[in-house]
Amino acid sequence: MSQPVTITRGTSAARMAGVAALIIVLALVAAPYWAGRADMRLLGEIYLYLALATLWNLLAGYAGLVSVGQQAFVGFGGYMLFALTIFGGLHPLLAIAGAGVLGALISVPVAGLIFRLRGAYFAIGTWVMAEVFRLSFAQVSALGGGSGTSLPTDIVRSMADGRSAREALSYWLALGAALAVMAAVYFLLRSRRGLALTAIRDNELAASSLGIDIWRTKFCVYVVTSGLTAVIGALLFLQKLRISPDAAFSVNDWTAFVIFIVVIGGIGTLEGPIIGTIVFFLLRETLADLGTVYLMILGLVAIVIMLRAPKGIWGFLAERYGLELFPLSYRVRHSKTDKKRPGG
Amino acid sequence: MGRGPVAALRGAMASILELEGLTKAFGAVTVADGLSYAVSEGEALGVLGPNGAGKTSMFNLVTGTLRPDAGTIRFRGQDITRVSAAQRGRSGIARSFQVPQPFTHMTVFENAMVAATQSAGLRGHAAEELCLEVLEQTELLAQANAPAGSLTLLSRKRLELTRALCARPQLLLLDEIAGGLTEAECQALIATIGDIRSRGISIIWIEHVVHALLSVVERLIVIDFGKMIADGEPHAIMESPQVQEIYLGIEADA
Repeated sequence: MSQPVTITRGTSAARMAGVAALIIVLALVAAPYWAGRADMRLLGEIYLYLALATLWNLLAGYAGLVSVGQQAFVGFGGYMLFALTIFGGLHPLLAIAGAGVLGALISVPVAGLIFRLRGAYFAIGTWVMAEVFRLSFAQVSALGGGSGTSLPTDIVRSMADGRSAREALSYWLALGAALAVMAAVYFLLRSRRGLALTAIRDNELAASSLGIDIWRTKFCVYVVTSGLTAVIGALLFLQKLRISPDAAFSVNDWTAFVIFIVVIGGIGTLEGPIIGTIVFFLLRETLADLGTVYLMILGLVAIVIMLRAPKGIWGFLAERYGLELFPLSYRVRHSKTDKKRPGG
Repeated sequence: MGRGPVAALRGAMASILELEGLTKAFGAVTVADGLSYAVSEGEALGVLGPNGAGKTSMFNLVTGTLRPDAGTIRFRGQDITRVSAAQRGRSGIARSFQVPQPFTHMTVFENAMVAATQSAGLRGHAAEELCLEVLEQTELLAQANAPAGSLTLLSRKRLELTRALCARPQLLLLDEIAGGLTEAECQALIATIGDIRSRGISIIWIEHVVHALLSVVERLIVIDFGKMIADGEPHAIMESPQVQEIYLGIEADA
């Protein structure tokens, strides 16, 4: 076919965003050489929240699996880090990977149970499962039962020599995990399977009639997301060096805040979780001294954004200005206009 | 006016789709009541019937969106009664929805790409080329980058047809795609569907715009209360007293 039409992916804004992102990432990689100890801890936490939000967005925003129980896998990953290092004698880095594998494995029977439920029942089912996880780990006396346990100092020391080297390693792990999760989700969404997943996000009836196996796609997304969430959980508790059932399976810390981030940022977009994470941490760092008033302000922000911009901050901007930072969409260009402005 | 043993035999020889005693009820409402017919390879079959007669339900049964209470569906000789909707979509059955079901936040081109990659199983450039080709045929190329949710109803109907064609079907199910078109648009649609037919794709077309239907199909069935009440040559069917009775109001423009 000889049509004067070309197909490209992404926009000039996306290319500029790519360059900007590369510069920012390089600066962040070098943070241990320019940032203070407290700043690095904060940045590490931001990365891990960004990863959690990106994963929850894939689950709820694309696969339509609105889980309020992902803390099950955060906590499970954290506990696996402790169990595999203390009892298995594994190096912490290996234990983190092991936590991911075990998290994915345990999510299979969990999915078998909760995938029978739909909509709100599914959401409640995930929460119930997370409570089952919490109560189960509280029974394991070898891991400190209900009061929890600390990571022994010799295991902490085995990571790297000296405190600053350990903190740098922990920082790089968090940054690496966030980048890896974002890259994985980006390449998934750009692929053929990603097209199927995006179709499911928009219309399940049409998706299934066009040959997309909805149950299987959702199941795969759930298992992969859960495994990666467990990796993030392991990293979170590697930073904290202490774990307890209440901290590990906190619905507030690992689900409510994450949902807040995704919803205000823009659910069902890759950019949304990034914007949401920045907004969340800006609010938290400026308002945390206010105590409960801080939570009320968070709630107020969520309500205002849901009323004014139901698709979140990014959804609002993207619709208004046709923005796209990640080159996911296809652009059909008629070559006449193409010659004048390659960026279109 | 049921089909005799000879017709049934002919159907079994080279039929792409065979329904046998297909039955489905929602409580007291029977949407399919022992439906049996066969569609030959390359045949264009028109379906008439009053609103609520069970025409769209019949499509839902064929595509697997609904499961029948009884009866069997065979596609290219294979029993697909228990096969999932997705698998039927991949094996060569495509449909357009009466109420358009676009992927609203994806562009028109991406909507087409879903069908080309998932249903037709094409990759990379082959998928993109097919989509461009079909979009040109259905006159949506100029709107290729528009989000499907921003389209007018008419364009959404075109998108339904586009997606179904990008699925590269062997059997195409069209559900009222001519409603609301101007006469010129209707003629263009008839030409498009004629072209699809000439490529050997079998078509089942549910349509209230009778003259559009009659200019394409070679056989007509009439469904009422989930039952097939007529089957045969289109003009003979249209003149039968049963159909005249049902279509007293609608038939005027045929």
